[in-house]
Amino acid sequence: MSSEGATLIQQPEIDLNEVDALLKPYLGKKGMAIPVLQKLQERYGYLPRPALEYAAAQLKIPLSRLYGVATFYAQFKMQPRGRYIIRVCKGTACHIQGSPKVAERIEEILGIKVGETTPDLKFTLEEVACIGACALAPVMMINDEPHGRLTPDRIKEILDSYE
Amino acid sequence: MYEKHLMICGATGCLSSGSAKVHQALVEELAKHKLEKKCRLVMTGCPGFCEVGPIIVIYPDEVFYCRLKPQDIPELVEKHLLGGEIVERLLYKGPDVDAPARFYDTIPFYRKQKFNVLRNSGIIDPENIDEYIMRGGYRALSRALKMEPMEIIDEVKRSGLRGRGGAGFPTGLKWEFTYKAVGDKKYVVCNADEGDPGAFMDRSILEGDPHAVLEGMLIAARAIGSDEGYIYCRAEYPLAIKRLKTAIAQAEEYGFVGENILGYGFNFKFNIKEGAGAFVCGEETALLASIEGKRGMPRPRPPFPATSGLWGKPTVINNVETYANIPLILREGGLEEFVKIGTEGSKGTKVFALAGKIRNTGLCEVPMGITLREIIFDIGGGIKGGREFKAVQAGGPSGGCIPAEKLDLPVDYDSLTQAGAIMGSGGLVVMDDRTCMVDLARYFLSFTQKESCGKCIPCREGTKRMLEILERITEGLGKPDDLDRLQELASTIKDSALCGLGQTCPNPVLSTIRYFRHEYEEHINEKFCRSGVCKSLFDYFIDPELCNGCTRCARICPVGAISGERKETHVIDPEICTRCGSCVERCRQEAIKVTRVRREADVNH
Repeated sequence: MSSEGATLIQQPEIDLNEVDALLKPYLGKKGMAIPVLQKLQERYGYLPRPALEYAAAQLKIPLSRLYGVATFYAQFKMQPRGRYIIRVCKGTACHIQGSPKVAERIEEILGIKVGETTPDLKFTLEEVACIGACALAPVMMINDEPHGRLTPDRIKEILDSYE
Repeated sequence: MYEKHLMICGATGCLSSGSAKVHQALVEELAKHKLEKKCRLVMTGCPGFCEVGPIIVIYPDEVFYCRLKPQDIPELVEKHLLGGEIVERLLYKGPDVDAPARFYDTIPFYRKQKFNVLRNSGIIDPENIDEYIMRGGYRALSRALKMEPMEIIDEVKRSGLRGRGGAGFPTGLKWEFTYKAVGDKKYVVCNADEGDPGAFMDRSILEGDPHAVLEGMLIAARAIGSDEGYIYCRAEYPLAIKRLKTAIAQAEEYGFVGENILGYGFNFKFNIKEGAGAFVCGEETALLASIEGKRGMPRPRPPFPATSGLWGKPTVINNVETYANIPLILREGGLEEFVKIGTEGSKGTKVFALAGKIRNTGLCEVPMGITLREIIFDIGGGIKGGREFKAVQAGGPSGGCIPAEKLDLPVDYDSLTQAGAIMGSGGLVVMDDRTCMVDLARYFLSFTQKESCGKCIPCREGTKRMLEILERITEGLGKPDDLDRLQELASTIKDSALCGLGQTCPNPVLSTIRYFRHEYEEHINEKFCRSGVCKSLFDYFIDPELCNGCTRCARICPVGAISGERKETHVIDPEICTRCGSCVERCRQEAIKVTRVRREADVNH
């Protein structure tokens, strides 16, 4: 599943009081591990280790189990990510309409591979199984904005439009 | 009192082609002409025809405007809304109609469709429960509340409804098992983890008609004796989740959800769980594990969820489209209507997502038993750019490819299975002569390989080995016995994997070997990919007969591999060319062709 390693490096400090407040609504109910992780990721863009440790203690489950859940699902990230998340759709319709070429072009322009973040923390490049906009294949999302009917020669202009 | 209703599609497809900006332009233009009180603007669910989005339908005139841009809006408002005149320029036009078409029944895309599940999608405001009720909503629930559980289950059984999520298990039977299972608590679960790449019908149903799914679940709950339900929806579908939440809140307010529903002493509450990006969670036991907050790993069945499901309690789990069918069957006289549609073994309709190299991409709902040819050519309008049809992929990573000679196959559960595909959730991805079937098999396997949860060895290791062989073949390193080895691995995985993901993941490989064996052999023996996909197995060359020296290709080439003077034949240097294909897209003459790689061995002869 997730190919990210266990090494957690250079993470900014976080305020555990804030984590505590985020966790409040979820405590004392069953099956809350995933919603808690989603909430933490929504706030930080990834899962900071101190927040995970704190959450495991509050949820009264071993950190190893929470970590196991977090690394099972593609949604959860263990490293800080860029301000703009580029998600290139890898669905069937996008694949046969040339999404591999789109991803290659982005890799060339940004100088990073899928799964990586530019050193200035501006862009993170990811792939997603299908965003369900098959009619406009190939598609990518940059944060919440979809871009459809892509061709490799349009990529530069689109990326340049993000400040 | 509103005089006109403007239904603008606010589903993901149209949003991607810019419907939010069109909506904004309409808001401004209506305000400018002080029409806000006369014209009601509604963001609806998906009317299906994503290809021509953004779409607006104006009622009561029933005019269908498409491919709209913000700059079209002033004219639309002035001519249509103020002047009462149809703007012909913005109607549907295409090679399949003689004149601009005004409405659904004159547009070929809609002509052979039968709207059951999508009956409200694009017609009502999905965030307004009154509109659902006006169209007969919650009537089936109020009828079901007066019935005994077994009476409800009997009607579902007699309808012949089979699960729309994949395997096609009879829904009524599933309910009966759960009803008869012993338990102090029972759950109703909706599988909205639509993970098949190329499938987006469940998303459209949730976005366009969320109450239909809620009503279906409520009826299921009444039948099996449950008071709590979960909807497990992909996190990639934020709009669907938002609309579900709105719908649940409204249904609570109206007394369809909560305590003592409609005074019948029936209680029910909904929970929404967002998936976190794991394909295997579409498998029912993995989905239940995920709701429980664990890693989404499947477990062996039996026990089936009907006897031991969520937190060990009897659980009925159905897919979105299955639930959306239930209100149609349970309403007064609905059963009789429902069984009239479809074939002996497959009743009702099926929603398909049309994508790939097809002219009319989008969503369509058809009666079971219609042929693939009718779906692809009559509704789908045939192949983009008039190219040649090669195959259609049905059922996603668990399904298979169906070739041209099987196009007259009726679409029902059993015929598709016989042809080596499956109904699956209903994604149909169409391919033309530029799709390489070996690469496609490799693509699907790399998908399932990545999504394999790793619990059982056949799936974890077997898919890896199969993928390695396929990668080798697409890189030109295939060996003569590779096909036998692939087939052997495939049948072992099918027989021994733990869950549906593993058992079905060899299907794309097996079906492409079955129908396109020659393409595999060409890759292995002749080191040639005729479709121009596998990069080390072909060269591009420019046909001098067709090239008119327009220089478009030379200007787009990112590596400067193309040379030639204006108005003279251009030439590609295969040593420099990276086979990115930009020039092929660019050439208006279709002069750039795929040819075998010239090898030194050939030159020496």
